[in-house]
Amino acid sequence: MLHLKPERLDVGDFDEHPISICGTAFQAHVSGALYWPAEHALIVADLHLEKASAYAERGVMLPPYDSRDTLMRLAEVVDHYQARTVIALGDSFHDPAGADRLNPEDRETLTILQEGVEWIWIAGNHDPEISSDVGGTVRNHIRLGGVDLRHVPNPTSVTHEIAGHLHPAAKLALHGYTLRRPCFVGNGLRLVLPAFGSFTGGLNVLDDAFEPIFGNDGFAVWMMGQEGLYPVATRLLKSD
Amino acid sequence: MATQPQESDAMGPSVATSKKQATQRQTELKRGALGPHVSRPSSSEASDLNTLLPNQFQSWFHSRGWQPRPHQLALLQNVSAHRSTLLIAPTGAGKTLAGFLPSLVALSDRTAHAEPDTSTLHTLYISPLKALAVDVNRNLHQPISDLGLPIRCESRTGDTPVHRKTRQRQKPPDMLLTTPEQIALMLAHEDAPYLFSGLKTVILDELHALTSSKRGDLLALDLARLRTLSPNMTTVGLSATVARPSQLRAYLIGQTQPNDVTHLAELVVAPDGAKPQLDILELSDPVPWAGHSARYAIEAIYQAILDHKTTIVFVNTRMQAELVFQELWRVNEDGLAIALHHGSLDVAQRRKVEAAMVKGALQAIVATSTLDLGIDWGDVDLVINVGAPKGASRLMQRIGRANHRLDEPSQALLVPANRFEVLECRAAVEAAEAQTHDTALPRVGALDVLAQHILGMACQAPFSGDALFTEVTSAEPYAELDRATFDRVIDFVATGGYALKSYDRYAKLKLTHDGVWRLSHPRLVNQYRMNAGTIVDTPMIKVRLGKPRKTAKGQAMAHGYGGRVLGEVEESFIDQLTAGDTFTFAGEVLRFEALFETNALVTRSNAKDPKIPNYIGGKFPLSTHLAERVRAMLAEQARWDSLPAPVTEWLNLQTEHSILPERNEVLVETFPRADKHYLVAYPFEGRLAHQTLGMLLTRRLDRSGARPLGFVANDYGLGLWCVNDLSQMIETGSIRLSNLFDKDMLGDDLDAWLADANLMKRTFRNVAIIAGLIERRHPGKEKSGRQVTMSTDLIYDVLRKHDPHHILLEAAWADAATGLLDIGRLGAFLGRIEGRIRHQALARVSPLAVPMLLEIGKEPVAPSQRDDILRDASQILIAEALDADSAA
Repeated sequence: MLHLKPERLDVGDFDEHPISICGTAFQAHVSGALYWPAEHALIVADLHLEKASAYAERGVMLPPYDSRDTLMRLAEVVDHYQARTVIALGDSFHDPAGADRLNPEDRETLTILQEGVEWIWIAGNHDPEISSDVGGTVRNHIRLGGVDLRHVPNPTSVTHEIAGHLHPAAKLALHGYTLRRPCFVGNGLRLVLPAFGSFTGGLNVLDDAFEPIFGNDGFAVWMMGQEGLYPVATRLLKSD
Repeated sequence: MATQPQESDAMGPSVATSKKQATQRQTELKRGALGPHVSRPSSSEASDLNTLLPNQFQSWFHSRGWQPRPHQLALLQNVSAHRSTLLIAPTGAGKTLAGFLPSLVALSDRTAHAEPDTSTLHTLYISPLKALAVDVNRNLHQPISDLGLPIRCESRTGDTPVHRKTRQRQKPPDMLLTTPEQIALMLAHEDAPYLFSGLKTVILDELHALTSSKRGDLLALDLARLRTLSPNMTTVGLSATVARPSQLRAYLIGQTQPNDVTHLAELVVAPDGAKPQLDILELSDPVPWAGHSARYAIEAIYQAILDHKTTIVFVNTRMQAELVFQELWRVNEDGLAIALHHGSLDVAQRRKVEAAMVKGALQAIVATSTLDLGIDWGDVDLVINVGAPKGASRLMQRIGRANHRLDEPSQALLVPANRFEVLECRAAVEAAEAQTHDTALPRVGALDVLAQHILGMACQAPFSGDALFTEVTSAEPYAELDRATFDRVIDFVATGGYALKSYDRYAKLKLTHDGVWRLSHPRLVNQYRMNAGTIVDTPMIKVRLGKPRKTAKGQAMAHGYGGRVLGEVEESFIDQLTAGDTFTFAGEVLRFEALFETNALVTRSNAKDPKIPNYIGGKFPLSTHLAERVRAMLAEQARWDSLPAPVTEWLNLQTEHSILPERNEVLVETFPRADKHYLVAYPFEGRLAHQTLGMLLTRRLDRSGARPLGFVANDYGLGLWCVNDLSQMIETGSIRLSNLFDKDMLGDDLDAWLADANLMKRTFRNVAIIAGLIERRHPGKEKSGRQVTMSTDLIYDVLRKHDPHHILLEAAWADAATGLLDIGRLGAFLGRIEGRIRHQALARVSPLAVPMLLEIGKEPVAPSQRDDILRDASQILIAEALDADSAA
């Protein structure tokens, strides 16, 4: 059965969601990016640019449009917030050679995107080194406004941290349907961003990998739909 | 042979061939036909033909108290003369022996001439079922050992050990019994020419079941390759009765370009056996309005089982099988041996049931379509079909499972589960009496299958594009393939076929200056082998019985299981369950405990009423042929007398409150109910076409401001409900039914809806796997696979956005249009009813609409916008938060 619910909350109500980390206000966006109004900074994790061409090298010819798609979506959200700083939280390229495989148009898109913007690449496990050809500054980890920004979340229960790496996703079962989507996951003290790249999979937030980060104290998730970002009660979530 | 009856006088009356009849058959295809002949051999001709059969075979037949049948001899004659032939014969007519007889004779002749010990593959037998290949192998040993023929006959399936497969390649047996997938793999091997160059005969069993799918496409391409390797080979197709034999006849032999003429193999038709005796169950209790359980008839079914020796109870779905099985045991006071058989049960369990069946140790077996085809079950004397037959041919196939003796009528009992199914059963009985069959639509070879085949051919040896194109288009499903499309498929295999040419340096196939395509890396051979085949499994979860151990925290622990595997179910089914939910599986009520990796841990439950999730409708929609008969029946009031009284009453009531449409009309009723307004239409075009229609009508009604809330579809019709008064909107002209049902909905509306439809994404996934764009998930790799595999949905979305004309999107669209969407049928329907819509604005629900409304909540249609679910989930969270606030 198809239930359309015109009388329910409107699509626009879910575009973005305020998330607070140790009292600092952020906006989680439906695209999977996190905006920091006080710093005019946009934070994205795990772009995995040139993942498709890495597969193509091994004979799996995934569509060569993932970098284009990822960068275009990133451009939209940078425009939307008029961000002055962009921080890519690591694994921005699928492999260290990825930057060299960017085709000229995508390289051009990146250059335009970086104009007038302070661009910071944080190194990840997939891209421990990033060629200086792709602009921006490369850092291992930064601290901004009292918050640590790094690729791999610190495996102890620290606070004041925003990280990526884990590609959090949540699985929901309701009305006999199940749905698995990337999500933001946090506990008010720290936050893990969903992977932003167009060809990235997700790891279930109920997986053991999240336990060292959030312990047994619980966490909240915001699931990415096609039209909005939705806070979902954790008791509705399912493991894989 | 298992299919050979025990009596020798089992030769039915012969039917003489009239030239005219033959010509009519040949002109069935719209293209012209070259004229091979159709033979319906008679007993009088048999004596002449008998000279073809060597003495030792004649005495073998006599020693078993048999006589060679005319069609067996006719086939022997054709194949001896190297004429490829289609044999159409009913079950029990010794079809399989007929297929092998020419090879047995030829090989006995060869040995008589004492050839040296060269081993060459002489005969290839291809069956859709692994079990059939193994079973036939077993049965062939009878004549081979009786006659002392030095013939080596082996089977090869996915289960055959590697060392034996290797030996079969190096020292091939005389006869190899195998499946289409194995042929594809053998043809992709570099020594395929050595293996197949001496091939004389290819026997294709259950051909009607093979050709109508992607497996059939792949097999057609493989046959084309076999013809190239062994130009003199003869093909033999064995088939049940079909509406259009010419389709199968063309499949068996090579076609030529330009293909304005269709080449047809010869046709031998065996006489029909005794007509089956078909009854529809009639009880004093009225048939239910809706539902599929047939619970009301369980006592009667049980009684029928008691009255017979061995009964097969056929149902349409696994859920139905579980339910009927459960109900039968509830009333099984005599402790009859009643077993359960469906495709999800553990293989070992299925084999046990099959063995018990062959031994005659069972009184009844409840089965799904897994038993439609396959090996002989011995003395089945009754077939019960519970639920809708869905198609005339399908029903005949099932009935054929009873009584493999040609001269005795098979007995079958049809048990309709609801009122519409009574009409459908009646239509199926009439079709069986008139011996009319469902028509399979001509199939156009799928491009994803072609892509897989091209990679396989490149693994075998470098190939020339020209030569491969000629070979491919000699296969009947690909006869109309144009060169440009073929080249695009090669391009796809080589570099992905993208508009953006960035993968040239990674190309899998490289074109050398001599026009030859070569594999760029030997590792691709392995990639091909791991991904070959056209069957894409939905991810399955093992159902494992055990006791959960709890950790200190009270969570079920991963190491606490080790129990018996009961079978497998779709991941999507398990996804719906939460710990503590009960469901029926393998004939038991089980309690779902936890999921570990790919195992669903369950315990036995003594719950009486298991929570059986959504009934999933039959896999096959109502056939066009039966639908026509049902519509005709509704239109002719005089024929209602043959229906059970409650059904006649129901139809009479309908004519009082509303109308029943003429044969070529469609009835559309609108009425208010509770606080909603309903529109119910009865196209009788099958569930798939109705779902598509429902989606499209919802979009259109939304645009005209009717505010649709949902819809439900079944095999007979669809019902939509809206906020606004539809009757009034139609009366005032703000909705025009002729516009609402206009054929143009198959244009932009369809495109717009499909773009985001989950169904399209599912179709794309299958296409991407078959074509080799992405790799299959393999057992063992599964664990990491389930966690972070990127979903093919992402690939679909990106491809649609950046390369909308990509060949795989084209292939996925073609698949969806013929498969899940049934666009062809919907289009034909919309054309047929132009100007023939009968609208009835009613004050309340009509008798005919009642079953449809009862389906609401039982027949789910996946929502196209799954954000609805997320929004609901958020709403729950918000409600909780508000509750907490007010409590505080």
